[in-house]
Order: sequence, then structure tokens, then C-alpha cells
Amino acid sequence: MAADIQASQSEIVHPLDHLIRTDRIPHIWCPGCGIGTVFSACLKAMISSRIDLEKTCMVSGIGCTGRAAGYLNLDSFHTTHGRAIPFATGLKLANPELNVIVFSGDGDLFAIGGNHFIHGARRNVDMTVICVNNFIYGMTGGQVGATTPVKAKTTTTPVGNPDAPFNLPLLAWASGANYVARWTMLHIRKLTACIEKALTRKGFSFIEVLAPCPTNYGRKNKENSLETLRLYRDKTIIKNNVDPSELDMDFEKGIILGEFVSRERPTCIENYDRTCRIP
Amino acid sequence: MRLAVLTGEHYITGDEACAEGALAAGCTFFGGYPITPATEIAEHMSKCLPEIGGTFIQMEDEIAAMASILGASWAGVKSMTSTSGPGFSLMMENIGLAVCTETPCVVVNVQRGGPSTGLPTMGAQGDMMQARWGSHGHYEIIALAASSAQEMFSQTITAFNLAEKYRTPVILLADEVIGHMSEKVIIPEASEIKTVSRPKPQGEKEGFRPFQPGENGVAPMPSAGDGYKIHVTGLTHDERGYPVMTVEAQAQMVERIVKKIQNNRDDIIKTESYSLDDAEIILVSYGISARTSLAAMNQARALGMKVGFLKLLTIWPFAEEKVRALATKARAFITVEINYGQIHLEVMRSVAGKAECHLVGHAGGTVITPEQVLERIKELY
Ligand SMILES: Cc1ncc(C[n+]2csc(CCOP(=O)(O)OP(=O)(O)O)c2C)c(N)n1
Ligand code: SF4
Repeated sequence: MAADIQASQSEIVHPLDHLIRTDRIPHIWCPGCGIGTVFSACLKAMISSRIDLEKTCMVSGIGCTGRAAGYLNLDSFHTTHGRAIPFATGLKLANPELNVIVFSGDGDLFAIGGNHFIHGARRNVDMTVICVNNFIYGMTGGQVGATTPVKAKTTTTPVGNPDAPFNLPLLAWASGANYVARWTMLHIRKLTACIEKALTRKGFSFIEVLAPCPTNYGRKNKENSLETLRLYRDKTIIKNNVDPSELDMDFEKGIILGEFVSRERPTCIENYDRTCRIP
Repeated sequence: MRLAVLTGEHYITGDEACAEGALAAGCTFFGGYPITPATEIAEHMSKCLPEIGGTFIQMEDEIAAMASILGASWAGVKSMTSTSGPGFSLMMENIGLAVCTETPCVVVNVQRGGPSTGLPTMGAQGDMMQARWGSHGHYEIIALAASSAQEMFSQTITAFNLAEKYRTPVILLADEVIGHMSEKVIIPEASEIKTVSRPKPQGEKEGFRPFQPGENGVAPMPSAGDGYKIHVTGLTHDERGYPVMTVEAQAQMVERIVKKIQNNRDDIIKTESYSLDDAEIILVSYGISARTSLAAMNQARALGMKVGFLKLLTIWPFAEEKVRALATKARAFITVEINYGQIHLEVMRSVAGKAECHLVGHAGGTVITPEQVLERIKELY
């Protein structure tokens, strides 16, 4: 009996295995890190959305989150720090048949890469951008970023962050994104459903996902992974379609999650074809 | 609808000729950012590309422009950007990504006076070493020069052909004078223009290794969407494209991308020789200064002085074998370039003490005159 169980266990294949470069496992992510959960939500959404996976590619920048592209068993690009969106823009415009997903960290997309984000959204390039927001630079050992909450401790703000963080959904909305949502990695079903929606929509879709970095943010701010998840449960409010200016990252007040923007501005390619190509 | 290749005789600027060369080479994607004196290349491409089914995009900066052409290249098209000094500096990190990921693309640098904002509207040749070593790490790069509008056309085609053949970024180094000067350019029929496209993989897709070299040391290159499930990273990687953080993997990868250029130097390096057979003094130059040098050589010959001229069409890799061979016959070399001695250093290295090496150069903003070169020839003769 015991032998039987062992035999059948060895044949068990995870339903997402075919989308993962299993020969690259173990991955680099720390125990308790939230990135893997967001990555698997993305994989599930890729399957459930029924997009053509052979025509789907993932582009990442640099960081712990940026390593995601390297684990995906599809065409995948691990580029330079902050430059995933312009690289993805070239891919998409040169071959409009491709489904392009950008999967990267908050520092990558909004500090060094912030300019590219607002222009990608403004042009409404048809791509899905998933930002894992852990409030900190994970890969380089926990420095302050453009999303670090006020007063939070990091290795370069040893007495607390003096600056205000970005409100990412507000920035995405103001820049012109067609679709904007925010979840935490705890809200896995809603997150997966939103990624699925984003993948099948036209234009620039942006999903911010809060996820713990216990190794750096957690340790510096005396918050273990479980406590972070409790915050995600107790200090968040789901409110769809609220005014994006209300989406400040303030745990005292409560963090608003949901789907905030869903509009149909024409895409970059549609605008180019209509305006620049002589019929 | 315009034909991809304009044919016949045209009176156009070097920048326009460069854009026409790109179209003739099969370029269908341009990502750029305006900067004097390269803007006209982008402007011309913005007009022509949509007419032939290609795409032009003005990105938010040169970092993005460079990233976009790499993305486009992996989507399977021939892509390029153009810039000048400040923008060239911003492109450096992603030029390194192109080298490391073996991504074909063309970067045109129409040089102006530097450092910094320098002389935006005035020419110089001060970025020769930046083209060689501007991105971090040890690598090889192909860089070409152009000394006329006609060569802007032909060298842009060569740049694309080498980029595709060797899966590498290729830099075309022009200068403000060549970029803005209008001259006659003869464009042949499309059927007479030789174009090269990257080697494509054939056969089994499962387990395909996108960085396993074939002939020439160059690996066949699939495009995104071809079904090969490729992984492309700027981390040190193995032949599968997987990151491997070891001393051995680093040695293997870097050696391969360096050798792929070094072992094909004979195919890549092109020079033109003028009256070298009996030359006692040899001028070495490129770009706009090649014209100065040719005029100076002719004037010196008219005065009975045995002066020859070696024109560099390929800057990197440097034509060191050629210069070394000439050093056994000639007494002195004069490098003519609008900087304080960059290619001059390469000439000195190649000559290795077998002849005198001199420089006629200045900080930029104007051309070097044939008289300035002639004066130095007379001093040495
Ligand atoms: C041009 C450049 N500057 C700095 C770095 C160093 N660096 C690597 S990852 C990183 C920050 C990553 O933070 P984030 O995007 O938030 O991702 P995380 O690691 O938290 O997932 C930095 C600064 C780099 N790789 N390239
Ligand atoms: S350092 Fe932080 S973000 Fe990076 S893998 Fe570890 S927990 Fe995750």
C-alpha cells in the first residue's frame, strides 16, 4: 500500500508544470516571499484566458520579481533594470500577433523605469503589466524605493523613509491605461480573474499586487510574513471603481483593492494604423 | 505606396542616405529619439516606414529607443536607431544587452562635439573609443564609418548585413558634416543590393538551444512566437539561454561572443588603399577626415612626396594586421581624426614601434583641412 502511494506520487504532475521550466527549479525566491504566488496566479490566468500560449511572451526587468520570466516555459525575456516596457513595446509593435506580459518589481517599473511606464500607458500599447509591489528593493538587499511607505525602514532609510510613495493605480489611470486593478497575493482568486481579464483586453492593462518580502521589508520593519498577510486581510477594503485619487498606500486608513479603470481607448497600434498608414 | 528601395540618382543628405540604406537593407522597425545631427534619419524613417508596412516609434528617451529595437529584433524584424553623443551615452547599457543576448540591430551615431552637450550642431569624431568600450564588461563590437552620403547608404546596408550574419549590434559612426551634407547618391535596383538575414533554426523545437553556435560561431536565432520557448537573459547564460553564475559559464559565454567576431575579422574588416605601394608616409583616417586625408595625399604627391592613405571602412575590429604589415615598409604614420587621438592609439599599438606615429587632430567643431595635414607631412618628410 505504502509502495503504491509512493508510485502514484512520483507520477503526480502539477497542473502548471508545462508552463514552468522545471529544469530551473529550485527557484531563487525566499521562503515566505510573495512573488511565487503572484507568478502562479499569472500562469493560471494564462491558461484560463485561452490565449494562444505559443504567441505569448513574458518580459521582465531586473530584481527578484524580474526572475519570473526565467521560470516561464514560453518565450521569455529578462532584460535590463527598468527597461522591460520599452523592450516589450518593440516586441509588440514589430509583431502585433504576440500577447505580451510584463512581470516585474515596483522598483524596476516605477523608480528606474517610471518614465517608460507612463509612456507605455499613454500610448496604450497592448500589453499586460503586472507589478509585484513589496515596498522595497528585494534583490539588492532592502533599499528604499518609489513605493516604500512613509517612515518605513530600509537599509538606505535607517531611521525611516521621509518621502511619500506613489499611488500606482492613480499614476496608471492618469497616464492612460485602459485597465487598472490592485490586489494582494492573498486575494488569489480575484487576482487571477483580473489577470485573465487583462490578458484578453486590448490596450495597456496594469495590475498592482502587494506581496511580502519577509527577508528585507519584513525584517527591517519587524513584520513577519504571517503578519503581512494579516494586514492584507484586515487592513484592506475591496471597493471597485473608486476614484483613483483615493488609492493612497495607507495601512492606517486601509488599503483599497479592486478594479478601478476599465475603458476602451484605442491602442497604440490602432492609432498608428489609422493616423500614419496611407490606406 | 513607395517601394522599399528608391532607385536611381538622388541629391540627398548623408542622414537621408542612411535612412534609404536601412530601407534597402530590409529594416522595418525604427525606435528613436530626436537629437541633432541625427534627427533627419528618424524623420525620414517616420515618413517611409508606414508606407512599406513597417513601424516607426519615437520613444521617450534613448534608453527606451535602444530597448525597443532589441524587442523588435526578437520579434523577427530588422531594427535600428540613430542618435548622437548624449543619446549614445544613454544607449550603452542596452547595447551591452544586445551583445550579451546576441541580438542583431543597427545603431547609428552621427557624432557631434563633446563631452556633454558640447557642440550640438558641429561635427567631431570623439566617440570612437566609446563605440568600442562604452558598455561595461569585456566584449567585441562591430563599428563602421562613412565618409560620404553614398557611403552612408552602402555602409548602413553593410551594418545590417553584419548584424544579421553575426547576431550582434553594429554601430555606424558618422559625423555631423557627413550627416548634413547633400551629395549625389546612386541607389541601385533592389535586385542588385545584397542583403543578409539572420540564420533561422530548423528542425526540432523541443529542447532547442538558442545560444548553441552553428557555422561561424553564430547560433541560429528564432523569433518570439515561433514556438521555440526561448529564454533570453542579460545574465551570464549557457547555450540553452539559462542563467549560470559560474566562472566556467562566464568564460564560455564571453569567449564565444568575443571569438565570433575575432575569428571572422577577415570577413568583417574593410579598408581602402590609396598609393600605399611606395609610400614612406601613410595617412590613416575615416569618416569626414578621410576626405581631408585623400586631398592632402594628392597634394603631397603633386609635390613629389611619397605619401599613401589607408581609409578605414571598418573601425572595430581595428585593421591591425593591415597596419602592422604596412609598418614594415613605411617610415611614418599620421592618423587624421577629429579628436585628440583615439584611433591614433590603435595605430600606435599595431605599428608597435616599427615606424613613427603622429596625429593630426583637434577637439572638434570643424573639419581638419588638407593644408593642416600637408603641413605635418612636410615637417616629417
Ligand atoms: C542599472 C542598474 N542599476 C541598479 C541595479 C541593481 N538592482 C538590481 S535589482 C534592483 C532593485 C529591484 O527592486 P524591485 O524592482 O522592487 O524588485 P524586487 O527585487 O523587490 O522584486 C536594483 C537596484 C541594476 N541591476 N541595474
Ligand atoms: S529578497 Fe524579498 S523579494 Fe526577494 S525573493 Fe527574498 S523575500 Fe522575495
